[in-house]
Amino acid sequence: MPDITVVYLTLKLASVVTLVLLIIATPLAWWMSQTQSPLKSLIGAMFALPLVLPPTVLGFYLLLLLGPNGPLGSLSEQLGVGRLPFTFTGIVIACVVHTLPFVVQPMQNAFEAIGKRPLEVAMTLRASPWRVFWKVAFPLARPGFFAAAILGFCHTIGEFGVVLMIGGNIPGETRVMSIEIYNHVEALEYGQAHWLAGGMLVFSFVALLIIYSLNDFTKQRLKLCA
Amino acid sequence: MKKLLSNLCVSWVLLVVATLKVTSLQAAEIKVAVAANFYKPVLTLVEHYQKETGHHVQVSAGSTGKLYAQIKNGAPFEVFLAADQQRPSLLVEEGLAEPESQFTYALGSLVLWSNNPELVDGKGEILKEELTHIAICNPKTAPYGAAAVSAMKNLGVYNKLEPKFVEGQSVGQTYQQISSGAVDLGFVALSQVLVDKQLNGGSLWLVPNELYSPIKQDAVLLKQGSNNAAAKQFLAYLQTEQSKQLIKDFGYDLK
Repeated sequence: MPDITVVYLTLKLASVVTLVLLIIATPLAWWMSQTQSPLKSLIGAMFALPLVLPPTVLGFYLLLLLGPNGPLGSLSEQLGVGRLPFTFTGIVIACVVHTLPFVVQPMQNAFEAIGKRPLEVAMTLRASPWRVFWKVAFPLARPGFFAAAILGFCHTIGEFGVVLMIGGNIPGETRVMSIEIYNHVEALEYGQAHWLAGGMLVFSFVALLIIYSLNDFTKQRLKLCA
Repeated sequence: MKKLLSNLCVSWVLLVVATLKVTSLQAAEIKVAVAANFYKPVLTLVEHYQKETGHHVQVSAGSTGKLYAQIKNGAPFEVFLAADQQRPSLLVEEGLAEPESQFTYALGSLVLWSNNPELVDGKGEILKEELTHIAICNPKTAPYGAAAVSAMKNLGVYNKLEPKFVEGQSVGQTYQQISSGAVDLGFVALSQVLVDKQLNGGSLWLVPNELYSPIKQDAVLLKQGSNNAAAKQFLAYLQTEQSKQLIKDFGYDLK
């Protein structure tokens, strides 16, 4: 029987990270899809970098950056936020950085797939940019948002290397399911490791199944309304 | 009579205050970072310790190198149980650990192991035969890997076997490669192949101590725990006869 706090902490982490990412990634993906700026490729390449680095390496650099001797670490201490590594907030930041490309990509693709025309039509009808986004772009890109949220959530559930490095395997604070599986394997408790890994797979499968069915259901309903 | 009563009252109040002080000491929290190979033994030790003292010990496992990097970057650990001597010594040099507190809490024993009960003989003669693969952990980062390399060199089989190496990043990973049968045999820690003091399947050769330099695992009190009396007490507890016997039962040596 896995520790309930471990499961709860994992779900809490994945939910918080997904929420934060949707808030950060939406304007970023929108800007990337609309801009003609020469900076576009530069920014795009920069945000895709976490895909390249091995998670442990990324975790190590984040540790240097957020640690008490790092630039961001000393800033957070001065602001009175305190130390970020080895806390729940710290692993949220690490997962956000590592999962960002998985969330921005599907959103950006969805925005680009809309094309210029619907947005231009809305503008000729005197809609403000804000209204164009919320009334035209967002509803048309909804499947992309849905895919982005799923990818972000799943990627965070399976996150290991970064969380181990930044979180430090602290029970009740940063010990999530993937780390607990590692603990069981290191303690040669393969039975418990199998249970936990199996449980993780079954839970994720059921959750994904529900979400995909809901998505299909809403699509059908939209078709009926149209 | 009044005086006696007031005296009694005062002493009773003092007694209450004293017990409160003791209970506040009793509910101390100790944060321990432990090398992955010692995770299971330390959980058992902690269980006994918590029963005896009422303190609460929080254990975080990781590779020695990773824990060292985390401690350097402000991890909140108070006690460090490493898989080598190098990292605790470095932390002492860097002023992050208490110099007097360092001691060897366990000696690792190297074994040649296979999950096939017929394969490994009691003399290690198998090393002289033609092998497809042999699993060892990275000699640069894992003490058991370095020990395996020096044992093979001392037996004069290193050059012949080197092309056959399959390297795991930790002794835990090497154990998995052998236990799954992906590699026929390899060098792991004795503590990994024992369950309740018995060989847990397969066949092994206990590599003689003179073939490699001792794998000393050191413990140290970190600066974070300097003011935590319970952390010092836990380190002392690791050196009691009862703890030493427990550590031996898990397949470690103690000189």
